[in-house]
Amino acid sequence: MAEKLALMRDAYGETLVELGRRNNNIVVLDADLSPSTKTSLFAKEFPERFFDVGVAEANMISIAAGLASVGKIAFASTFAVFGVEKGLNQFKQSVAYPNLNVKLVTTHGGISVGEDGSSHFCIEDLAVMRSLPNVTVIVPADAVETRVATRAIAEHFGPVFMRLSRPKTPLVYDDGYRFMGKELKFEIGKSITLREGRDVTILATGLMVAESLLAVQELAKEGIDAGVINFHTIKPIDREAILRAATSTGALVTAEEHNVIGGLGGAVAEVLVEENPVPMVRVGIQDTYAESGPWRELFAKYGLTSSDIVKAVKKVLKRRGR
Amino acid sequence: MTPFDQKTAPHDERLIKKLSEIALTIRRNSLIMTTKAASGHPGGSLSCADILAAIYFHQLRYDPENPNWGGRDRFILSKGHAAPAFYAALAIAGFFPTEELWKLRKLGSMLQGHPDMRKTPGVDASTGTLGQGLSIGVGMALAFRLDGKDNRVYVLLGDGELDEGQVWEAAMSAAHYKIDNLTAIVDYNRQQLSGCTEKIMNLEPIVDKWKAFGWHVIQIDGHDMKQILDALDEAEKIKGKPTVILAYTIKGKGVPMLEKLFLAGDCKYHGTPLTETELARALEELYG
Ligand SMILES: Cc1ncc(C[n+]2csc(CCOP(=O)(O)OP(=O)(O)O)c2C)c(N)n1
Repeated sequence: MAEKLALMRDAYGETLVELGRRNNNIVVLDADLSPSTKTSLFAKEFPERFFDVGVAEANMISIAAGLASVGKIAFASTFAVFGVEKGLNQFKQSVAYPNLNVKLVTTHGGISVGEDGSSHFCIEDLAVMRSLPNVTVIVPADAVETRVATRAIAEHFGPVFMRLSRPKTPLVYDDGYRFMGKELKFEIGKSITLREGRDVTILATGLMVAESLLAVQELAKEGIDAGVINFHTIKPIDREAILRAATSTGALVTAEEHNVIGGLGGAVAEVLVEENPVPMVRVGIQDTYAESGPWRELFAKYGLTSSDIVKAVKKVLKRRGR
Repeated sequence: MTPFDQKTAPHDERLIKKLSEIALTIRRNSLIMTTKAASGHPGGSLSCADILAAIYFHQLRYDPENPNWGGRDRFILSKGHAAPAFYAALAIAGFFPTEELWKLRKLGSMLQGHPDMRKTPGVDASTGTLGQGLSIGVGMALAFRLDGKDNRVYVLLGDGELDEGQVWEAAMSAAHYKIDNLTAIVDYNRQQLSGCTEKIMNLEPIVDKWKAFGWHVIQIDGHDMKQILDALDEAEKIKGKPTVILAYTIKGKGVPMLEKLFLAGDCKYHGTPLTETELARALEELYG
């Protein structure tokens, strides 16, 4: 089966335009990256509701806070590394603390940024954003999920951080948010079980959802029946789904394009350790800075492929004893 | 002429010819590198090629055989996306073989998409996130002064980069500490990533801004080698305050097709390399 690829960024930009048509209160900000983040699509149709503040991310986030405090729904976009890191205190102080309706939607999350290298990677965004009270953290798995997620966060009142990716990535879902023919509903905080498994459950987010589905096929060849849950919401984390998986398979693997510290793996471990400490193994970047290169090659070198998930599954099954 | 100190050479025809030829090589290699890497930033690499040639082959004190030599001056490419031009200059200077250039942005390469001081000999500051180089430079300048050393610090900034508040925090602190062993150079090509600076975020009156922040300001044509050299010398003579050289440049300089697009406000080639066919034509037409 040939992989179908699409840009999450296109889906984001197009959905912003759709939202803008429906709601005059939607405003969009960018920091000199609109051709990349695709807020350029919104800028073209609604120039009076679009503000490019130049290369000034901190300024952008606090301006968004001001707009939101007067009743606007403010979407602010740039690359993850700049939005999260250059505007972190602004996001905490002017947005999260007063619980304002700002959506920080950053593209170029993780290391799939590729050739630009470590200065442009962001492998800490989930850990950082997850630890801010009031903030909802979303990571769509593909372009289709990006569309429904963008609509959902516009509906949701309050600060949101959403991470998108740079490259064209494999589609997990079919148009209209369907998986294996079944129509799904996107609810913030409710994970999506893509596949039930008897032996082990893989809890994945973002680009690692597609890798997890590939891993399922590889594992099946060895007689291992693995389930996959897509955690499109990192916060609030779907505790029930984690605990259900812990009870049903007794062994979990988390998979994320993020440092193994503090992201999805961290969130899942926090739940398990307090409720039902079954064995788990984290797939992710092993607390290191990666480097420039094509993103698929980086995924191979830095342990983010389906075969890394397969290895992790074997390790966790050994620990559980099967 | 020792590799450690070249700046005593007079600013004569011979020197200017030599530096202009080097600038041309920097331009050529920046274009080839980015096309080979199928990614990277041609526009802002071309606009600063003359400045880099003047700095690396006349003004800066360094020893390519010993990149960590304590007596070296420091150069910081604050607009880190112009790494191709920077790497091309470092290769000519002898910090690493020219062949390394063709591995730009590939897995395992010493040449990262943006400057990395732990991977590339000759790189003294890791940059890529805009807005930080001037602050790093202020720190270096303070350290040299504390140690009673005469090393100088050069920081190259983009004009779009001046949108970052941190640049002005650094500017204020450099004047406050009366730093005169640092020269800032702004590659004022009047374009940023998504359009002209005038349209995205107007910087004018830029001279008044730097002056109000306590800086000595020199304005030059950033493609006139004599003016660049004279400005770099003048900056060293100013005592008790920092100096900024506002270098008026053209984004895409040297490739008529790119110059035309940028001047018309089309910034496609800010972060998109030329195709093989475009490259062949650009190399034929390349000048300056
Ligand atoms: C903090 C930060 N925000 C955004 C970017 C993405 N970016 C790369 S280059 C660029 C435009 C820079 O314009 P300018 O400084 O004028 O550079 P030049 O035109 O000389 O290439 C932007 C926004 C970045 N590298 N760093």
